[in-house]
Amino acid sequence: MKTSVTHWFKFASPQNFYHLAGKLWPWFAALATVLCAIGLWIGFFVAPVDAQQGQGYRIIFVHVPASQMSMFIYLVMAAWAGIGLAFNTRLSGMVASALAPTGALFAFLSLLTGALWGKPMWGAWWVWDARLTSTLILLFLYLGFMALHASIDDPRRADRASAVLALVGAVNVPIIYFSVKWWNTLHQGASVSLKGSSMASTMLTGMLVMVVAFWMYAIAIALFRVRNIILDRERHTEWVKHAVA
Amino acid sequence: MTPTPNILGAGSVMLAVLKREVALGLRQKGEVLTPLVFFMVIASLFPLGVGAESGLLLRMAPGVLWVSALLAAMLSLQRMFATDYADGSLEQMVLSPTPLGLLVLAKALAHFLLSGVPLVLMAPVLGLQFGLDSRALGILMLTLLLGTPTLSLIGSIGAALTLGVRGAGVLLSLLILPLYIPVLIFGAGAVEADAAGLGFGGHVSLLSALLVLSLFFSPFATAAALRISLE
Repeated sequence: MKTSVTHWFKFASPQNFYHLAGKLWPWFAALATVLCAIGLWIGFFVAPVDAQQGQGYRIIFVHVPASQMSMFIYLVMAAWAGIGLAFNTRLSGMVASALAPTGALFAFLSLLTGALWGKPMWGAWWVWDARLTSTLILLFLYLGFMALHASIDDPRRADRASAVLALVGAVNVPIIYFSVKWWNTLHQGASVSLKGSSMASTMLTGMLVMVVAFWMYAIAIALFRVRNIILDRERHTEWVKHAVA
Repeated sequence: MTPTPNILGAGSVMLAVLKREVALGLRQKGEVLTPLVFFMVIASLFPLGVGAESGLLLRMAPGVLWVSALLAAMLSLQRMFATDYADGSLEQMVLSPTPLGLLVLAKALAHFLLSGVPLVLMAPVLGLQFGLDSRALGILMLTLLLGTPTLSLIGSIGAALTLGVRGAGVLLSLLILPLYIPVLIFGAGAVEADAAGLGFGGHVSLLSALLVLSLFFSPFATAAALRISLE
């Protein structure tokens, strides 16, 4: 038992994690590419045309996974930030700052695809509804995290200051979500829930494949980015000189 | 040299910090008055921007006044810790035996007294310009009274995080404004809900809940952020 615990903690060292991430990220990237191809193929060619929404609904194959990831990545980021604050580990802050741009990208993608879907369906690019608004606010939270991190020169201090911000944001995300929800709601209810689904099964399959593909993409890009951050932060060390040479 | 025993309780230290902050604030009258003037100017810009049609102004009034109050309260946030940071008294507070969270709470309370209370008192005057009736003015003042301390408390986190950081002012607004949204929604919503016949009780309860939550949690976050900024 003891040995396996020490074995895992080995990867809390940036040097070890750099090599582990280097081995892992191509696999995740390959999985993401394959699954994305399958998911999009199902989405565009296999899934039937929706009775009410026509072809336009097909954007959900990108929209729903992007929205899910944008929320989930914030929680993962806040969790790593919290671990970094609690245990004072260097790698946690690096992982948190590697996740932030991906989360922001997904939040933006979710808003963009939502707008593209909203124009033909609702007749408007933007509607002040609860989910749109809270995703927009989530994007602001990501931008705030990145801006705070960027404006502090000492990377360790930047990690810890933005970790506090990420945790405060994580506490606020549900409060913001419900306040915006009670403020106004026009968005259709969730199509997928644990009880069952109101969608045709091929549509659901395509969407779930895309969800997994986005997961793989997020993991791959975060590992790739954290490798760069490690190299940047540890550039004065001997092992980096060997690794880059 | 033996350390002097800590004869002051936490309560009296908090009171001393509060008195000091208020005294310092009142000596710098500009610091209290500038946000207030800013509040009036911002609120006066809206009718000029959207037109002076009375029905429109009446509907917009709670939201406009709340947004203006929010921006005005944010204007003075940056100074909450900056002067103490510059002259070193903040470090003494961090080193003092009284928990930093309590000192921070006293500072946030002082910020509320110096920036929130004047806004509460000024709001009905501006509300009259927008044509709100006395009932709506009363609700507006009540929601501001409950909401502005929350703004000070949440704002103290942002002020502590951006202490000594490049471009702190703009950064502070980017960090803090998204966190202000629930207060804005329930604060401005109360007047509208009452006008729609739904009553304002729910909104006031939620604003109070936000106040209690931020009273409890924000001193921890602010104290943590201050320690990080000072290391």
